[in-house]
Amino acid sequence: MKEITAWERVEIARDPKRKTSLDYIENIFDDFVELHGDRNFSDDKAIVCGLARIENQNFTIIAEQKGRTTKENIERNFGMPNPESYRKAIRFMKQAEKFKRPVITFIDTKGAYPGIGAEERGQGEAIASSMLEMSSLKVPIISIVIGEGSSGGALAISLGNKILMLENAIYSILSPEGYASILWKDSSRAKEAAEKMKLTAKDLYELGVIDEIINEDNIDEVYKNLKNRILDYTSEMIRMTDEEIVNLRYNKFRNMGKYKKVK
Amino acid sequence: MIIDKMKKREPTAKKITNKVDIPVGKWIKCNKCGEILYKDDVRKNFSVCPACGAYFRMHINKRIETIIDEGTYKKLDFNIETVNPLELDDYMKKLSDLRKKTGINEAVDCSIGKINGEEAVICIMDSGFLMGSMGSVVGEKITLATEKAIELRLPLIIFCTSGGARMQEGIISLMQMAKTTAAISKLNNEGLLYISVLTDPTYGGVTASFASIADIVLAEPGAMIGFAGKRVIEQTIGESLPEGFQTAEFLLEHGFIDKIVERKDLKNTLSTLIKFHKKEK
Repeated sequence: MKEITAWERVEIARDPKRKTSLDYIENIFDDFVELHGDRNFSDDKAIVCGLARIENQNFTIIAEQKGRTTKENIERNFGMPNPESYRKAIRFMKQAEKFKRPVITFIDTKGAYPGIGAEERGQGEAIASSMLEMSSLKVPIISIVIGEGSSGGALAISLGNKILMLENAIYSILSPEGYASILWKDSSRAKEAAEKMKLTAKDLYELGVIDEIINEDNIDEVYKNLKNRILDYTSEMIRMTDEEIVNLRYNKFRNMGKYKKVK
Repeated sequence: MIIDKMKKREPTAKKITNKVDIPVGKWIKCNKCGEILYKDDVRKNFSVCPACGAYFRMHINKRIETIIDEGTYKKLDFNIETVNPLELDDYMKKLSDLRKKTGINEAVDCSIGKINGEEAVICIMDSGFLMGSMGSVVGEKITLATEKAIELRLPLIIFCTSGGARMQEGIISLMQMAKTTAAISKLNNEGLLYISVLTDPTYGGVTASFASIADIVLAEPGAMIGFAGKRVIEQTIGESLPEGFQTAEFLLEHGFIDKIVERKDLKNTLSTLIKFHKKEK
């Protein structure tokens, strides 16, 4: 297999022509119905929510959505959610639990939007509350990192029982530019940061952060594989009790950490 | 996530013994009013400038001294130590230098102690230790402390101060947000009280995890609290930020904290709130 550098993956993950959440939704699921709004303030379009089906299985979809055109990108704030996106996501998580529908989340964002309004309306609280909701949700959650999974804005909807990641997607604490800027006071060292940060699917699989890498040789195969994996994991988990589903997820995140025991 | 700069921090103890102890007989300058102050006066005044009322950032030991009843502090030493998952050149040296300088091992201290006689699990963060950033050890200690609160059916109090997730540990630091949040979710299911106290500064991955989801969120006056750092926002929107943006008062006005409490009143406020949640046995 050809060796691709971490930085090259960053560039692939950010390619404006790369498939977005809606492409995956349309090609994996049937009868997608988008539903809007956080019932509180607005309908933030950086996260798309709705209902969809594969065969006879219903799902709730929560997906970070970058624009596919400049116009759409402006509407969707370049896929950077405001707090209302996370509150919309929480609303649909609760609904999924009520109707016992598994939740599928798609992750593709440069991060939660850093703006005045976002701070005024509690960006931090919204992200924390989304994770809190996912932590105890009594239905299976499958999270799929399809492009850029950057920072708390990505993590906010990524607390899946299973986390899948496309081969060329990235998932990281911050953008390589931001990382280089904070750690070395030099954002031009982003390439070097990318190699250090362990942000590729392979790195994250080895670290135990994700469960499975989806090969990207052919986009139709990607759609087909994702569909099969979603069905496999779903059929495995819907047999479990509510408690088993919650505990499985809890234990997964409970065990994340690298430290040594000392006397 | 890490915020721009830290100012007005009280120089911390050179030699820390197990006893709560801050050295005496030094002078300190208030960064707000410029007054040169006798350090002992500042200490006696809860690390608040006696001249202008500005808050100095607090060392863990000083916080323990002002919050926990004398003789009741029991350290929860979970015996874990930070490692270098990204194999960065200078990370381990930086940590060992900081340990010498601050007298503390990591950016959070966990204990069981009494607050005006009310027993609680108490976590205290310190911005003097790598900006209070949350890596694996901080996340694990917060989680273990939360589990201890569940085991002993005690209230959980966390004094937050942090620049956010710790860059040096990469994605593993980000995952600490999920881990600590999940632990708080368990505490909630057990019907136990969790109070967070946001102190200057509280940002990034800590704001976006356990700090914001307490049953009761308190803050110290003037504390800077937010998700994104000021510089990041200014660069994104291309304008400077309004006066008072991201202060505790700003958050109170926008509905994200329950109450601003002066440092000298914190102990009494905490014990009063704990008493409201005590179940009759």
